[in-house]
Amino acid sequence: MSTRIHYLNVQHTVGSWLFSLDHKRIGLMYLVTMMLFFGLGGAAAMMFRIELMTPDPTYITSETYNRLFTMHGITMIFFFLIPSIPAVLGNFLLPIMLGTRDLAFPKLNLASWYVFTAGGLLGLGAIIFGGVETGWTFYTPYSSTYANSNVILAALGIFVAGFASIMTAINFIVTIHKMRAPGLTWFRLPLFVWAHYATSIIIVLGTPVIAITILLVAIERIFQVGIFDPALGGDPVLFQHLFWFYSHPAVYIMILPGMGVISEIIACFSRKRIFGYNVVAMSSLAIAILGFFVWGHHMFVSSQSMYAGMIFSILSFLVAIPSAIKVFNWVATLYGGSIKLDTPMLYALGFIGLFTIGGLTGLFLASMAINVHVHDTYFVVAHFHYVMVGGMVMAFFGGVHFWWPKMTGRMFNETLGRITAVLIFLGFNFTFFPQFIVGYLGMPRRYHVYPEEFQWLHILSTQGAGILGLGYLLMFGYLIVSLVMGKKASSNPWKAAGLEWRIPSPPVTENFVELPVVEHEAYAYTEPDVYEDVPAEESSNG
Amino acid sequence: MKWSESLFPEQASSFAANVDALYFFLIGVSMFFTILIGALIIVFVLRFRRRSDSERPEEIHGHTGLEIFWTAVPLVLVMIMFFWGAAIFYKQFRPPADAMEILVTGKQWMWKMQHPTGKSEINDLHIPLGRPVRLTMTSEDVIHSMYIPAFRAKADVVPGKYTSVWFKPTKPGRFHLFCTEYCGAEHSLMKGWVYVLPAEEYDLWAAGEDGDMAEMTPVEAGERLFNNLGCAVCHNPASGALGPYLSGRFGTNIRFNDGTTVVVDEDYIRESILYPMAKVVEGYQPIMPTYQGQVNELQLMHLVAYIRSLSGDQTASVTP
Repeated sequence: MSTRIHYLNVQHTVGSWLFSLDHKRIGLMYLVTMMLFFGLGGAAAMMFRIELMTPDPTYITSETYNRLFTMHGITMIFFFLIPSIPAVLGNFLLPIMLGTRDLAFPKLNLASWYVFTAGGLLGLGAIIFGGVETGWTFYTPYSSTYANSNVILAALGIFVAGFASIMTAINFIVTIHKMRAPGLTWFRLPLFVWAHYATSIIIVLGTPVIAITILLVAIERIFQVGIFDPALGGDPVLFQHLFWFYSHPAVYIMILPGMGVISEIIACFSRKRIFGYNVVAMSSLAIAILGFFVWGHHMFVSSQSMYAGMIFSILSFLVAIPSAIKVFNWVATLYGGSIKLDTPMLYALGFIGLFTIGGLTGLFLASMAINVHVHDTYFVVAHFHYVMVGGMVMAFFGGVHFWWPKMTGRMFNETLGRITAVLIFLGFNFTFFPQFIVGYLGMPRRYHVYPEEFQWLHILSTQGAGILGLGYLLMFGYLIVSLVMGKKASSNPWKAAGLEWRIPSPPVTENFVELPVVEHEAYAYTEPDVYEDVPAEESSNG
Repeated sequence: MKWSESLFPEQASSFAANVDALYFFLIGVSMFFTILIGALIIVFVLRFRRRSDSERPEEIHGHTGLEIFWTAVPLVLVMIMFFWGAAIFYKQFRPPADAMEILVTGKQWMWKMQHPTGKSEINDLHIPLGRPVRLTMTSEDVIHSMYIPAFRAKADVVPGKYTSVWFKPTKPGRFHLFCTEYCGAEHSLMKGWVYVLPAEEYDLWAAGEDGDMAEMTPVEAGERLFNNLGCAVCHNPASGALGPYLSGRFGTNIRFNDGTTVVVDEDYIRESILYPMAKVVEGYQPIMPTYQGQVNELQLMHLVAYIRSLSGDQTASVTP
């Protein structure tokens, strides 16, 4: 049997990757880059979790501790959580889901990877040359005039990486508007596409604000111009407004694409159309819009006016509604389905559980009276890890498993996959649930030294982190092994609806030999051809 | 130690029980929905598990009634949460007029407190049981945050402006005091203890001679500074009044050369001492020199306290 030519083996040189304009190859390059940052951020977290097992300093100094949590925050948020789903899964899948051969601007797409990597290297440089100790939030005037570390370098890294996000977002918006296959109307789009559309809008509107803010910090730090430092005539709280004007919507940049992934997986493993498709699609847009008007809930105790606080509080409660609607619709999708608990589905169900807890604890923070008590405590740390790790990271790895056969042409070990998914779910709860308790007890975040009575909860948390870390390592292990030893994947191993499952695994460079015409809605699980494989020869010889 | 004490913090202020009641309501709602969603997932996964690969479930498009139902129910619940939380916050945000004022300055990495009697302390805070206390705070360097978990009280301490937090202790004892805004290398050492003493014991303590600045009250210290810095030369009604009178001005509206007005409060007085050109009172020349660099934050607080006292108002009602 002759080897089939596809996007992975069409060329083998390093240059064929580094100069590739193929959205699929660029997606994989992003995957490798992001996994490096994820590993780095995770390693930093393990180091300070071990340190936190004792209330007093044990093996690292406070300076090191502060650099570790800053490194964890910056790498995870700016170089993993924000870009990962759009740049990896979005890049790989969007053109295929839209029934086209590539994104609207393939060169811009390649450029975005270079820009992102340059930003990442600047961030890495800041770490290698001694680290940063401002926290990922860079609050002024600490960051602008007091911190003795590589603030400028790290900030420059984030500034540069932001442009990669904007490039990707513009590419997605244009592609979704202009390059949908014949018959692929807006309300036939997979919810993954809707989620990426909403995300791209937030990125384009929000990212310039963080870029401007970083620039202002740099100007103050380098030229001593008073912007945020009151000693120079500036206003430190202004920085917080600008920072959260981007960084709160950024939370939705992180979670919305994850919600898109979950919709695809739930539909496939229930063999059902997503319940209330229109409502789920529109709720993504509602989140994108409302998400821009809630930033002040990070600032209830910052000296912000009480009445401003009230407006931000009520809007923060309202933004919870579209998220709740999504959860209810996903659960309703299960009703009357044909449910199979394969690895991606375990991640998706885990997502629903953890995201529900993350979302509900967000209500505690939207409530002003409770927020006063738990602001800047471990309660907040637990909440955002439930949303970000329990939500976004679960969705990301669920998606990686779901589309792994399509991306690599190989199947991973399903048994190990299921065991690992359960391990990660348990390890995660073990790590972060105790942090809600210690937070309400009053344990401030970013504390290297803490009162003894909190120790038992920190020990639980660190043990959980060990299990969680083991889960991730196991996952990397079997995924890498599958590249060599994995069973060859058919075109449609999960029997899923969607254009990406109507082409061979892995796809050919141009995705479709003949461009498709779409005749059904997304998730047409009543159509018989959803359950069929396409013969590889038919399209590869075309 | 009871098990509840290792899961929930002590209640030691008049707000603590209110905040906790709302907290328990939210825990109740959260548990209800988490269990509901978890149970539905488990039941559906079991009941609708795939028994044969040839299963082709029926398509369900959605249900408008259900969508409205599960939009409306959360909406009602979150509105209850909003009004409940905002009502408590409204009280937390506005100190009562008779609250005793303690001046607090934060700097990397220590707290300095000064009591109305003039007594000062570092990192510890002694306060009387059952009396409302208001901390008026500012920072010498970066942003800090004053947090007393047992009181459910917190406010950022911001350089360049005054913030405040108030509470009424309801339980004698010793409670944690933390800085909760990350402020640099020794952030986690910027903490201390709050000692709640019976009121008479506090009065004895505050009158004691062992404090390092126990001689003068903030108002007295402010008056001495006012004279030493020569403020009285221009701001004394008897000497020609090159600058505006200060008596009776606190808490009133004041009009500037550009036509704008502002209520005279602590932040405005502070600004006028450091940046006299920022707002010039109507009818006066912009001739006042800045005192930036000549007075530290605590001395500024003393000056503000003295100027405020000229209006016969010892405890301001203006909130930042």
